[in-house]
Amino acid sequence: MKRIFLSLTAVVFSSSALLAADITGTITLKGTPPAEVALSGMEDNPDCIAMHEKTPTTHHYVVGSKGEFGNVVVYLQGMDGKSTGASAAPVVMDQKGCLYTPQILAIQTGQKLVVKNSDTCPHNVHVISAGGNGEKNDAQFAGGADLNYTFSKPEMFMKVQCDVHPWMFAWISIFDHPYFAVTDTSGKFTIKNVPPGKYTLVAEHRKAGKQTQPVEVKDTAATVDFTFEVPAAK
Amino acid sequence: MTSPSKINRPLHWFAVLTAIATFLLLGLGGLVTSHEAGMSVPDWPTSYGYNMFALPIKFWKGGAFFEHTHRLLASAIGLMTTILMIWLWIADSRKWMRWLGVIAFVGVVLQGILGGLRVRWHMDYLGIPHGVIAQSFLILICAIALFTGGVWHRIIGQNKLNVPPALRSLVLFTTILVFIQLILGATMRHQHAGLSISDFPLAHGQVWPDTSADAIARYNAERMESVNENPITAFQVILQMVHRLVALAIFFFVGACAIQSSRKLGKADGLTRLSWTWLTMIVAQIALGAWTIWSNKAADVATAHVLVGALSLVIGAIFCIIAFRRSVRTTTTQTETENPTALGLGTFVPNKQ
Repeated sequence: MKRIFLSLTAVVFSSSALLAADITGTITLKGTPPAEVALSGMEDNPDCIAMHEKTPTTHHYVVGSKGEFGNVVVYLQGMDGKSTGASAAPVVMDQKGCLYTPQILAIQTGQKLVVKNSDTCPHNVHVISAGGNGEKNDAQFAGGADLNYTFSKPEMFMKVQCDVHPWMFAWISIFDHPYFAVTDTSGKFTIKNVPPGKYTLVAEHRKAGKQTQPVEVKDTAATVDFTFEVPAAK
Repeated sequence: MTSPSKINRPLHWFAVLTAIATFLLLGLGGLVTSHEAGMSVPDWPTSYGYNMFALPIKFWKGGAFFEHTHRLLASAIGLMTTILMIWLWIADSRKWMRWLGVIAFVGVVLQGILGGLRVRWHMDYLGIPHGVIAQSFLILICAIALFTGGVWHRIIGQNKLNVPPALRSLVLFTTILVFIQLILGATMRHQHAGLSISDFPLAHGQVWPDTSADAIARYNAERMESVNENPITAFQVILQMVHRLVALAIFFFVGACAIQSSRKLGKADGLTRLSWTWLTMIVAQIALGAWTIWSNKAADVATAHVLVGALSLVIGAIFCIIAFRRSVRTTTTQTETENPTALGLGTFVPNKQ
């Protein structure tokens, strides 16, 4: 009897994995976003400016020539409690050229975040949560050991900053499930292995706002595209 | 031997030196906040794990430069205040002056601990009392410098006009208003949200800005922040508007102080001259406030705004002290002569030699 039960369970799990499909899509931005601002504070810091040919700018809007919209966080709504973070591969964020790479990232609750310092100068990694993940502040010297963090509460755009170099800031979105993605520079995203079902898909950008669309996942990949508009200035 | 008429000049000049150093420390603290560098050295009382006084120079960079030098100068002020307290206790026969020294010592210790806890506990909001205590400490040290100097001696010794109660009350009220304004300013700065309103004299293009949730979301969306500022909130927008309105009120009240001083005390009176200096400083402060906004809160400009604000408060406080002391002296000359310990502010028996 026990053997039959285990076999049935295995069949159910494997078939749901087989039935799982990806949600893919492209996000575009209509309109011309505000001009990015030069990180002028970097010019006074020889360690940092030496790693750049010209003064870098902010990257609030990462947009391609045809409106491909990068750094948009896409996720399924209402999926909390399904985190696989403890067994997932760590997410890496580097400090390179006195900038965070990537600047927008997403992670699961319980998933390890590894912060590296590839620079020749010290940084402090200052995590400021508004969603119950606490505040952390650690120094990290050049060539120092990686810093590891995990977060327990879902939160959108939790800020990480360096107070030694105040132009350095990144934003981490934390989900209690694995069904999320961040668009690349071509505006594309893929949310992998979504079980069949009807969902609400959310696309959220720090400046351009949030959009939702219904999506139904069957046994083949579903495609959902979003189009954002630059918020109108008043 | 106590000599009521003799000034302890070394003590006085040491108090003046401590006041100047405190003013510089206030400026350095202002730069720490203006550069958003308060958390750049995550540990305290050590710095990056080193003894604070032995931190290698290679780490004195970026935000850490401002934070670390602020800690070093604060330590020096702590030492100077300790010396000042001991010196006052030994050399000044006025009991209340000795206790002022003790209060200054307790204040500087508390201030240091508060600054350290702000770092250790990751509590940005502790920066607000840290800033306010800094301003209060500056007043106290300036007052000690005043009380130990020849100017205070002359104020008591000369036959000056009494300061009318209405003028005294006006000056006191205005000084309290300046102090409230500095609390508002400290609260604004320690939100770490940059400029909640980025235009002046209008506010988000209006006489009174829209603070609805949609409007706040729009302000944040439009803002292209280049440093690690927090998102702005409706509270911060309203706070800046209140700060602007109180600045206007201060301008009128300080103007009233100057005009009333001229009328009641005469143009040649030292307090009248002080009141016009105060008004000039307020005008400069309003200009610096506007410049802070137009420069998108440039660190140097914002810090100058903090420093001129602190000087304005010190002038108001000294004006109050002198005005009340002159009035006490004038109205109780007879009592003072007969019973030197009868006055609430104490009598002038300055130095033990």
